[in-house]
Amino acid sequence: MNFKLIWRIIAYILLIEAGLMLPSLGISVARSETAAVNAFLYSIGIILLVVAVLLLVTRNYKKGRFYSREGLTTTGLTWIMMSALGCLPFYLSKAIPNYVDAMFEMVSGFTTTGSSILPEVESMAHGLLFWRSFSHWIGGMGVLVFLLAIVSVGGKNEGFTLHILKAESPGPAVGKMVPRMKDTAKILYMIYLGLTVLNTVFLLLGGMSLFEALCTAMGTAGTGGFGIRNDSLASFSPYLQNVTTVFMFLFSVNFSIYYLILLRHFNEAFADEELRLFLIMIAASIGLIAWNVRPLYTTMEETVRHSAFTVGTVMSTTGYATTDFDLWPSFSKAILLFLMMVGACAGSTGGGMKQVRLLLLWRSLKRNLHKSLHPTEVRSVMVNGRAMDEDIITNTNAYLIAYVIIIVGSVLVLSLDGFDFETNFSAVMATFNNIGPGFHAVGPTCNFAAYSTLSKLVMIADMLAGRLEIYPILILISKSTWKKAR
Amino acid sequence: MRILVAGAGKVGRAITRELAEEGHDITLIDMNKKVLDDVMSKYDVITLNGNGASMITLREAGIENIDVFIAATNADEVNLLSCITAKALNPNVHTIARIRDPEYVEQAYTMQNVFSMSLVVNPERQAASEIARLLKYPGFLKREAFAKAKVEIVELKIGRHSQLNQVPLNRLSQKTRCQVLVCAVIRDGVSIMPDGSFVLQEGDRIFVTGAPDQLHDMLTHIGVINMPVSHAVIMGGGRISYYLAQELQKLHITTTIIEIDEEKCKRLSATLPYATIINADVSDRSVLESEDIRDYDAVISLTGLDELNIVTSMYAQAQNVPQVITKLGRGDESSLLESMPIGSVVCPKDLCTMHIVRYVRAMQAKKGAAKTIHRIADGYAEAIEFEVTDETRHTNEELRTLKTKKNVLIVSIIHGSQPEIPNGSSSFRKGDTVVVVTSKDNMILQLNDIFEE
Repeated sequence: MNFKLIWRIIAYILLIEAGLMLPSLGISVARSETAAVNAFLYSIGIILLVVAVLLLVTRNYKKGRFYSREGLTTTGLTWIMMSALGCLPFYLSKAIPNYVDAMFEMVSGFTTTGSSILPEVESMAHGLLFWRSFSHWIGGMGVLVFLLAIVSVGGKNEGFTLHILKAESPGPAVGKMVPRMKDTAKILYMIYLGLTVLNTVFLLLGGMSLFEALCTAMGTAGTGGFGIRNDSLASFSPYLQNVTTVFMFLFSVNFSIYYLILLRHFNEAFADEELRLFLIMIAASIGLIAWNVRPLYTTMEETVRHSAFTVGTVMSTTGYATTDFDLWPSFSKAILLFLMMVGACAGSTGGGMKQVRLLLLWRSLKRNLHKSLHPTEVRSVMVNGRAMDEDIITNTNAYLIAYVIIIVGSVLVLSLDGFDFETNFSAVMATFNNIGPGFHAVGPTCNFAAYSTLSKLVMIADMLAGRLEIYPILILISKSTWKKAR
Repeated sequence: MRILVAGAGKVGRAITRELAEEGHDITLIDMNKKVLDDVMSKYDVITLNGNGASMITLREAGIENIDVFIAATNADEVNLLSCITAKALNPNVHTIARIRDPEYVEQAYTMQNVFSMSLVVNPERQAASEIARLLKYPGFLKREAFAKAKVEIVELKIGRHSQLNQVPLNRLSQKTRCQVLVCAVIRDGVSIMPDGSFVLQEGDRIFVTGAPDQLHDMLTHIGVINMPVSHAVIMGGGRISYYLAQELQKLHITTTIIEIDEEKCKRLSATLPYATIINADVSDRSVLESEDIRDYDAVISLTGLDELNIVTSMYAQAQNVPQVITKLGRGDESSLLESMPIGSVVCPKDLCTMHIVRYVRAMQAKKGAAKTIHRIADGYAEAIEFEVTDETRHTNEELRTLKTKKNVLIVSIIHGSQPEIPNGSSSFRKGDTVVVVTSKDNMILQLNDIFEE
C-alpha cells in the first residue's frame, strides 16, 4: 500500500479544511464572538501543524502505484481525519464540552446526517452555527472530489483518481462524465454551486436573512439537516418550507441528469429509469401519507405541505422538520422507515441505499425467479436499456448483506443503553442512512445526547459507513489493509 | 483536442497514453469491458463499451464533437468501416486508420479519399523500413533520419575497449575527427542531457547527431568494424518479414526467412520469389545450427513471440553475428532489456504511436508544425525537426544571445543542403531546417516553443 501518497493527499485535504474554516472565523470576528474566534484560530493552528508534519513525513512520496485499495483507504482515512480535526472549534470553544460529542456533531455534519446532540442551537455562536451548516455543504459533494477539481494529485497520468471518485461518490456504478477527471469534478461542483446559489436566492426572496438563507441552503444542498432554529423549519413561512421541499428533491437527483439537461439531451435525461422510479415513489408516498395523516391537520394545504416536506426530508435524507412526524399514525411511519432505507438517487448528495440499487435488486430478483422456472435461461439485468455487469449485481447483493449486518450489529450495541426498540432502531436507521432525526426518543423534537459514549462511537462509524457506502470504512478495519504482505 | 480511439489493443492503449499525457480529452471504445476498466484505472480518459464501427456507438461517444478519430482495432476491415461511418456522422473529423494487411495496403493509400481516411498508418511497414535503414549502414543500435536524411541521430554503445571510453564530450570532435554532437546519454538506465564536461564511460548508450557521412567516418575513426550486410536471415514470416524482404531486395541483400507455418511459407514463396523460405521451427536449436546463422551478416528476429525473439537474438549475439535486430511487440520493458545482448530493438507499436502523435501535434500547431518527431533515449527525449518560417522569432540572431527552455538543445541547422552543428555564433534564417532535442516534459509544438518567455 502506498501510504506515503495516501497521507500526502490527506495533508492536502486538511489544508483545504483549514481554509474552509476561514468564512466561519470571519463571521465570528464580525460578530465579536471571542470564544469562537479563539477556538477557530487554535483549530486552524493545530490543523496547519498536522499538515506540516504530514508533508514533512511524506516528502519523498512516490507517484503512481495507486489502485482500488489505496482509493478506498484514502477516502476512509480522509473522512476520519477531517472529522477528528474539524470538530475542534466546537470542543475548544466549550460549545460542546465533550470531545466525543463534538466528534459526533462534526461527523453528523460532514456525512450530511444532521443528527445532533445539542438540545438547543439558538444560543450558539453564529460562526459555529455556520461551520455546522457549511460542513454539510462540504460533505455533500465530497471534499476529495473538490481536491480533484482544483489540483493535479498524480501528475500527468491521473487514471488512478478514478478510484477516489468511485470511493467517495455514492452509487453502484460511478463513472466520469467527460474524459478528464478534473473537468468531471469541476462540472459536478459547478452544478452543485449553481443549485445552492439558486436555493439561497429563493430563500432570500421569502424574507430570510442572508445568514439563515445560506445556512438553510447549504443544509439542503448537502442533504444534511442541521437547523439554525430549535424547531428546525417549523417556524418559517409555508413559502420557505415549500422552496426547501423542492430543493431537497432537486439535490437527491443524480447530478449527471443535470449535466444531460445542460447539454440539452432532454430525452435521455427524462428516460432515466432511476429518475422515473424516484418520481413515482415521491408521488405515491406523498399521496398515501397525506391521505393517512389528514385528520391531524386543519386544511388541505397544510396536510399536503407537511406530507411533501417530510417525504422530501426523508427520501433526500436531509432531516429538516416542519412538523413532529413522530406523532403520525404507524402506517405513515412505516412508509417513512421504508423511504429512509431506500434514500436518494445514486450520484446525488443524498444517502441511503439509493434508488438504483433497489431497482437492480428488484430486477435481479425477478430474473432469478424466472430463471428458476427455466434453469438454462440466460438473461441480463437491464437498466436504462443497457445490460448491467454481473459484477455490479454481485456487488449490490454484497452491499445489501453488509447493510443488514451493520444495522443488526448497531441496534444490538445501542440496545445496551435501555431505550425502547423503536428509538434504537430508528436511531440506527437515521444515522446510517444519513437522515438525522428518527422516531420516539430521537424524534424530530429530541436529540441524541442521552446515548452512552459507546453508542455514539457506533453511530459515528454508522454515519461514516453510510455516507461512504460501507466499503471505505470496512476496509479500515480489515487486517489485510495494514499488513505489508498481501 | 477531443480524440476518439477505437480499439484498446497494444497500439490503441499506447496512443491513449501518449495523447492523454499531452493533455487531450480521450474517449476509448472497445468491445472488451475488462480491458477498458484496466485502461480507465491507469489513464485519465473515459471509455465506452461497444463497437467502434457502429453508428450507435459512435453517436453515443459524441462523434459530432470529436476532432480526431483513430481506428486501431485488430481488423483492417473494421477500421475502414469505422472511418467511413465516423466521417459520415461528422464531416469535420480527421480520421486515422491502422491498415496492416499487405493485401489492403495498396488500396488503402490509393483509395484514401473513398475510405474517408485522413491518415493511414501501417506499423509493420514502418518497422520494416526502420530495419532496412539499420541494415543499410550497420554498426548503430538505432538511427533516426531528419531533413530527408541529411541529418541523423544514431545510438551507440560504449564498449570497454572503445576509443570513446573516458573521453570528455568537448574533445569528441578532436578524437573522432568528425562534426558530430552527443545529444543524450543513458547511463545505468538514467537519461542525461550532457554538457561539454561530461566524460563518457563504459556501458553508456550515447545518441549522436550529424550528417550521415560524418557519422560513418566517426565509426571508422573509433574503430568499429563496419561491414556492409549482404546476407540476412529473418526469423518468422509475418507481415513485417514480407515488407522487409521487399526492401532488402532493393538493397541487394539476399534474404532467408524461417517460418514454422507451412501455408504461410507457401504464400511467402509465391510473393517473394527472390527470398529463400525455410519451413522450420525457429525455437528448435538444430534448425539454427543446420542453417548455420554464423554465415549471415544479420539476424532479424521477427516472430510473434517477444520471448522467442529475445532468446533467438541472444543466441545470435553469442554466435558473433555482426548485426542483430530484435522486434518487440510489447516494448514496455525497455529498461529491463537494456542489459541483455539482443542488439537493436525495433518496436512497431511505438513507431506507429509516434506517427499519430506527430499528426495530432501538427493539427494543434497548424502553422510551423514539426516535420519529424523521433523518441530517443528510451522515450526520455524527443528529437524534432522544424522548418524556419516567417512566424519564427529570433531569426538571424546568434544562438548565444537566445534564451531557450531548460533541456532544449539545438543539434543541427540545415542551410540548403548543408547541415551544421551549431555553436554560439550560429544562427538560423527563413527556409532553414532546425533539429532540436528536448526532454519529454517540454511540450514543443512549433519552433517558437523552444524559447524561454
